Amino acid sequence: MQLARVIGTVVATVKNDSLHGRKLLVVQTLDRHLRESGKPMVAIDSVGAGVGELVFWCRGKEASFPFKREDTPTDCTIIGIVDSEAHVLNGP
Amino acid sequence: MIIARILGTVVATQKDERLSGKKLLIVRPINVDGSDTTGYVVAVDTVGAGFHERVLVVAGSSARLAQGMKDAPVDAAIVGVIDSVEVNGSE
Repeated sequence: MQLARVIGTVVATVKNDSLHGRKLLVVQTLDRHLRESGKPMVAIDSVGAGVGELVFWCRGKEASFPFKREDTPTDCTIIGIVDSEAHVLNGP
Repeated sequence: MIIARILGTVVATQKDERLSGKKLLIVRPINVDGSDTTGYVVAVDTVGAGFHERVLVVAGSSARLAQGMKDAPVDAAIVGVIDSVEVNGSE
């Protein structure tokens, strides 16, 4: 799992039936100091996140576990919203 | 998932039987602003996407979970045709 910032939305009318009704968001991965790292990805939302929020996300097959796991084709899912940036505590 | 643009098609007569009837497309990953990156992926189309369209591509074992892909030997599937991408308030 990694931290990310929700930076945008994606609209796709024509989708695989198994993605019907799912919200697609663009997420920018962050490092532990909340600096941008890597390229933005498109993620499915499972927690009701919105643009600008700090979230954590899961990739790989496990990304389908919040949904009907054998029927949801996603490799990137937002699984939690971080309360605030002050709640990300780093050691020295 | 990544955003990609369709570059071309692949025709393969001899293939795994679980892939029969499936359309294979060559896609190139692109950035959220629409600019091209390098490289390409051969992906199975599950939505009827067309040439040069922006699409959503699922990679890895999750590609197999798309409807119609059950137990197929696939690691990249096109699962959506993108209408618009909005990042930081602009499309």
